[in-house]
Amino acid sequence: MEVGQLQRRFLEYTASLFNQGLLDGQFQQLQQLQDESNPDFVVEVVSLFFEDSEKLLHDLTIAIGQQTVDFKKVDAYVHQFKGSSSSIGAQRVRNACIAIRSFCEEQNVEACMRCLLQLKQEYSLVKDKLQDLFRLEQQIVEAGGAVPMLE
Amino acid sequence: MDVSASFSLSKKVDDDRVVGEEQELHVLAVDDNLIDRKIVEKLLKNFSCKVTTAENGLRALEYLGLRDDQQNTLNCNIGSKVNMIITDYCMPGMTGYELLKKIKESSMLKEVPVVIMSSENIPTRINKCLEEGAQMFMLKPLKQSDVKKLRGQLMKCGS
Repeated sequence: MEVGQLQRRFLEYTASLFNQGLLDGQFQQLQQLQDESNPDFVVEVVSLFFEDSEKLLHDLTIAIGQQTVDFKKVDAYVHQFKGSSSSIGAQRVRNACIAIRSFCEEQNVEACMRCLLQLKQEYSLVKDKLQDLFRLEQQIVEAGGAVPMLE
Repeated sequence: MDVSASFSLSKKVDDDRVVGEEQELHVLAVDDNLIDRKIVEKLLKNFSCKVTTAENGLRALEYLGLRDDQQNTLNCNIGSKVNMIITDYCMPGMTGYELLKKIKESSMLKEVPVVIMSSENIPTRINKCLEEGAQMFMLKPLKQSDVKKLRGQLMKCGS
């Protein structure tokens, strides 16, 4: 596929992620921060996010699965997850975190468990999409083109 | 790369402070979240700041030479090289508010502007920080426009 087509595909894909609410303006902020001195900035930050998230999801699963749930602990994990997802613009993940927090306050274990499942699904979805996006970027670069930015 | 642009790139050796078109400002950024640290660092670097990061209040105090056991040592000189401190509010151990207090209590560093960041918009929290002498309170996640505003404020304060 020639560069122009790849670039168009990339822009369309990016736009769809914003339209579906998977990503918000904060992701664009990250893209705008990327420059020649830091050409892999977005991939680096998002990779850190993936690492961090996987650990948090693991810890959250254990915490919510306890006989007696320590809601303070759960809330602390979710607060962190909310923060990092917000920082990279993963809007739906962030919203899923907000939902868990309100049920933590109510000390509703069942609801927390349901929300955790939702959170995992949202995370998994945005992770797949972002990886696809990065692959498209890679293809453009390999074809000798520049990665376009959505206005 | 043209010469004037080189003055605003933060690829300088620690002690180098270049007075050119844009004076290089040294910012200490404190945040327990690695992702946020990385983002804040890039945001500030893109606005011609030299950035040092710390992952918690204690490390920040150490860097500034304000840790209890450092008070009377030669380390005291290092802190004075920082033009601004930007810190997250919610951190384990020492909160950004507690860090702010320690900085304002220090005769050496109390004039250094301290900016508090938080993901939560809580008026009592904001007021508390401003009353304690915080320069500004910013809502996370930070945007380029936030840092631009910050830089503008810093220039007015002088270094």
